[in-house]
Amino acid sequence: MVSMTPPPFERFYDEHREEIFAFLIRRLGRDRAEDAFQETFLRALRAYSKLRHGEHLRAWVYTIASRIAIDEHRRPRADAELPELASLDGRPAFAELEHLADELPPTERAAVVLRYGYDLDYAEIGTALGSNATAARQAASAGIRRLRRKEHQ
Amino acid sequence: MTAVSPELDRRFRDAAARESLLDAAYDLVDSPIGTLFVATTERGFCRIVYDAEPEQELDGLARAFGLRVLRSAPPIDPARRQLDEYFHGKRHRFDLPVDIALLADFNRRVLRELARVPYGDVVTYGELAARAARPRAARAVGTVMNRNPLPIVLPCHRVIGANGKLVGYGGGLDRKEALLRLEGALL
Repeated sequence: MVSMTPPPFERFYDEHREEIFAFLIRRLGRDRAEDAFQETFLRALRAYSKLRHGEHLRAWVYTIASRIAIDEHRRPRADAELPELASLDGRPAFAELEHLADELPPTERAAVVLRYGYDLDYAEIGTALGSNATAARQAASAGIRRLRRKEHQ
Repeated sequence: MTAVSPELDRRFRDAAARESLLDAAYDLVDSPIGTLFVATTERGFCRIVYDAEPEQELDGLARAFGLRVLRSAPPIDPARRQLDEYFHGKRHRFDLPVDIALLADFNRRVLRELARVPYGDVVTYGELAARAARPRAARAVGTVMNRNPLPIVLPCHRVIGANGKLVGYGGGLDRKEALLRLEGALL
């Protein structure tokens, strides 16, 4: 497979900003999505020159946006109208999962990380990976099976 | 409506530049001789391009300076202001930092001499070669002019043939003529 250089940041930003903003609005509501949007792309910019290749950039920026959305949720705020997500409680365990997932093929890794680390649903993961919900579900379960096998080796 | 608003977009672009996260910033600048693509690094202005193909310029900037290339107005504003004053005849000298560090020694030396050719004046390719301590390199000086990364600010339009002909210009002879006319170097 050819290792492709990431595009100039402008092109990356132009390609993903609308869907990332829509994703953040779904997660956080309109008001908080704006700050999270700026923070997502600033964080992406800070890490951008360290990227070794241009594959899975979409999954990568969704991962950043998800992490920021989770942090936003945890932050106490005066006008608390959005309920805390119960599923976020399981997040610390994910630190280990992420490490393990490093050894998976890129698509499976992205699917596992986005599903179990960031709690995206399969439709969102499908979008992030440029496929669909069914393919995302298959990639995630293939990744989990592979991790289990590794664990038992 | 859930689209990224122009304000939100601008806020991100401004913040990226303010936090010094960019390898190169660029923007488009209107001028009487056409829209100019203008780019800068943290060290100084590095590109002014006539009739730019933005996609191609982005790739060029990324190759030369790094992948973090973003359109952002604030870093370009000083050039926008000074170019505007220049085209209104109110500015005769540009006071802008310039980043030509990546060019070859000879090119840098020639461009530094070029920067000293005053407004309203012209010089021949041979004279400029002599000033750069390479009196027989008139043709090489022509090549440097042709590849000048910062036309107008580094005034390659002030370099003409020994016979008084305008010879050539990266942006087309019409523009060279317009600039010299603006400066009163052509009647």
